Amino acid sequence: MLWCALLSMPFMGIKGGAYLFVGLCVTYSVFILLTHTFGKIRKPVIPANTTLLTVLLIIPAVAFPLLAGDYYTDVAVLAGIYIILALGVNVVIGFSGLLHLGFAAFYGLGAYSNALLTTVFGLGFWSALPLTLVLTSIAGFLLAFPALRLRGDYLAIVTLGFGEIIRLVLNNWDSVTRGPNGISNIPAPFIAGFELGGLIFYYYLVSGFVFIAAFVVKRVHRSRTGRAWLAIREDETAAEAMGINTRKYKFMALSFGAFWAGLAGALFASKMHFVSPESFTFMESVFIVCMIILGGIASVPGVIFGSLILVFLPEVLREFQLYRMLALGAGLVLMMIFRPEGLVKKGYKHDS
Amino acid sequence: MILEVRDLTKTFGGLKAIEEVSFRVRHGIILSIIGPNGAGKTTLFNCLTGILPPTKGRILFENEDISKKKAYEISAGGIARTFQNIRVFGSMSVLENVMIGQHSRSREGLFTAILGTGRFIREEDEIRSKALEYLEFAGIRDYADTLAENLPYGDRKRLEIARALAAEPRLLLLDEPAAGMNPQETLELMDLINRIREWGKTVIIIEHDMKVVMGISDWIIVLDHGVKIAEGTPGEIQNNPYVIEAYLGKEEVF
Amino acid sequence: MFLQQIINGLTVGGVYALIALGYTMVYGILELINFAHGEIYMIGAYLGIIFLGIFTTAGLTQYSLPLSLFLTVVLSVLFCSAYGFTVEKLAYKPLRNAPRLNPLISAIGVSIFLQNYVMLTQGATDKVFPHVLPVTTIEFSGITMTSLQIIIIVVSLLLMAGLHLFIMKTRTGKAMRAVAQDKVMASLLGIDIDRIISVTFIIGSGLAAVAGLMVAMYYGLVNYSIGYIAGIKAFTAAVLGGIGSVPGAMIGGFVLGLIESLGAGYLSSEYKDAYAFIVLILILMVKPTGLLGKSEGHKP
Repeated sequence: MLWCALLSMPFMGIKGGAYLFVGLCVTYSVFILLTHTFGKIRKPVIPANTTLLTVLLIIPAVAFPLLAGDYYTDVAVLAGIYIILALGVNVVIGFSGLLHLGFAAFYGLGAYSNALLTTVFGLGFWSALPLTLVLTSIAGFLLAFPALRLRGDYLAIVTLGFGEIIRLVLNNWDSVTRGPNGISNIPAPFIAGFELGGLIFYYYLVSGFVFIAAFVVKRVHRSRTGRAWLAIREDETAAEAMGINTRKYKFMALSFGAFWAGLAGALFASKMHFVSPESFTFMESVFIVCMIILGGIASVPGVIFGSLILVFLPEVLREFQLYRMLALGAGLVLMMIFRPEGLVKKGYKHDS
Repeated sequence: MILEVRDLTKTFGGLKAIEEVSFRVRHGIILSIIGPNGAGKTTLFNCLTGILPPTKGRILFENEDISKKKAYEISAGGIARTFQNIRVFGSMSVLENVMIGQHSRSREGLFTAILGTGRFIREEDEIRSKALEYLEFAGIRDYADTLAENLPYGDRKRLEIARALAAEPRLLLLDEPAAGMNPQETLELMDLINRIREWGKTVIIIEHDMKVVMGISDWIIVLDHGVKIAEGTPGEIQNNPYVIEAYLGKEEVF
Repeated sequence: MFLQQIINGLTVGGVYALIALGYTMVYGILELINFAHGEIYMIGAYLGIIFLGIFTTAGLTQYSLPLSLFLTVVLSVLFCSAYGFTVEKLAYKPLRNAPRLNPLISAIGVSIFLQNYVMLTQGATDKVFPHVLPVTTIEFSGITMTSLQIIIIVVSLLLMAGLHLFIMKTRTGKAMRAVAQDKVMASLLGIDIDRIISVTFIIGSGLAAVAGLMVAMYYGLVNYSIGYIAGIKAFTAAVLGGIGSVPGAMIGGFVLGLIESLGAGYLSSEYKDAYAFIVLILILMVKPTGLLGKSEGHKP
């Protein structure tokens, strides 16, 4: 700790270094204390009856916008969009074990294709949505070609590169994407001729999609396809030897994951009425990965939990906003060292 | 003949792991492949199951050339295997592991799963009940809901066999099934392999434990430095001077 | 024009190569993409500005410029090495036996942490590198070349040669190669693996510090976010040359620098940053082992 304080001196000055030393000592003692207490009750309680739990969760979810103010409803809409996105990423990273670091690209593609289809081509939200979903799924499929040949960490770096290329294109292809200025005036969805632009409407729309996404992903998780993905994650060679066409299933995972990212992107564009490349950076991809790691990789409730925490916590602790990314970085390291399986559940292992 | 291997050669760079190996396997027997470490036994298995492409030669399974096929096609075609260094899917339950074995014997896809169609549910039930049967057969049904990585060593080996059986193979390849087992477990394993044969399946095993090899094999092939140096019944192999010199003579095996 | 771009490319390439060495050495030994390495380079650049600033206020720069520059380099390298060493001990060592992706995620965490740590302590705006070094410009048949460019190219070549000699000739260097080849065997032979890994991080971080310093001088501006993009490019350079191979990283660095500056000069400068990624994806698809990489084969 003294060492860390010394290291930080050029950056923080001598006084800053001393403060850091004291701070670290305090945090460390608190941490020791906490692990001591939590060590005994470490086994997470997994509710036996998930249907009951779901029903119990629906009631507050429905009542939420009526009870909470506009501000928190707004945050909840954002959280919902992130949940959908994280569920999609979870299919790729959590289920299939493909460390994809460019998911913001699919999210961005979804948002931009919604934006362009509605503003330039004059389509409505609902007619643009299927096109958007098909488009992002195809993008996911296409990216699978390079991805298939690569092992874990190489895959990570290539998907990262892919994400950056998409962002650079969005940023520089001025004639179509209007560059860094972004696209504004994206219309709200219509239902039966009524424009539904209210916050509450978005809340229920997004919640509906969250519910569908969670339901579908959970279903697939417990199916032949889901098992094949898990087997690939656990041991690719053994999976292949058990008759699983690993190529095909990786294609499926990437397209299926991209599908949800596209949906999240379309909702995001429609909610914000504005998109710009800044929303789809590498940090965004990392942020999503953090969500699924925090909650418990490969576990659907875990992913939802993780997304909620990461969206709500910075809002609640506004004064610490500046330190959000700092804490996120440190959090990732600590999670990997002390609880790689996530807060909610067991269940992640990669080939070693 | 269920399997016929002709002039199979596998090289890594300049190194010949298997050289011109040929043999035939009759239907319904237990065949053992023995030989010192580095003789090319596991490489042979990897070629037979499509995990490594053979450099030269032909592999005929039920008179069909499978030497160019991919691993998953071969598995679907009726050859299943276990691995020397156990490769169960650790963070999945024992039951799920065996259910994966049923992969190529089932066909419902993404969309029926999402919709939860009747056909999908029926198939899932069927996969589950069959998987439980295989667990029962291997004697680990009680562990169905345990995480595979939490199983004791010997039971993980049984799980791998159950998983391979769930692929409903006609030819089963077992890579050192008795390695690391105590005498009691070894006896149970021999019984299990015998029961698999009685079921009408052909079994090829790689094994170092000579009690197992001599106890259950109908036929034995001896590899040394990638070359087949002898084959025959257990009795013939025990008395073959080449084998004794190349293999048995060097190690204290009996 | 063409020659001019070559000179620019070699300058940037030398910097990439120096950073790439850190990636390639760590990957060779731990099979880990050390995502935080780019941040170490960024820290090196900041340290240069900070120390030089301190010396200027203390009056040392006026007294003797070479001495203060020398001290700045030494201190920056020392501190950066200490950072690299600490990162390894805190964030990677506990994960040595974890599944492969865990240390990678941990490395991403370190990268985010360091980036924000520098942003919070030093501010989000660009920092200016003090103009202390007299820059002379050489013109030669239409090509301009600054003394800094020559310094960068020469220093990177010297450091690479030095590293090469270190790895080939010294005991520690030989031990490093042994560990990269086969960790189990090396430890059986009595090599202290932990020590070798630490040495690798220290050397790699030191080289990154030099790269950071030179870039800070060359562009005159430093920002907390430069580490990420430079890190990705240097990693690309390492892959281009064949990851795990030290000469490969050097060649890869120069080749990537040339590709980038020629691409920016002749194609489009807006997509300058994309070239590295396109090159990376193409190499990984066509020849995943890189230009000089040893073929490791897929482990079944």
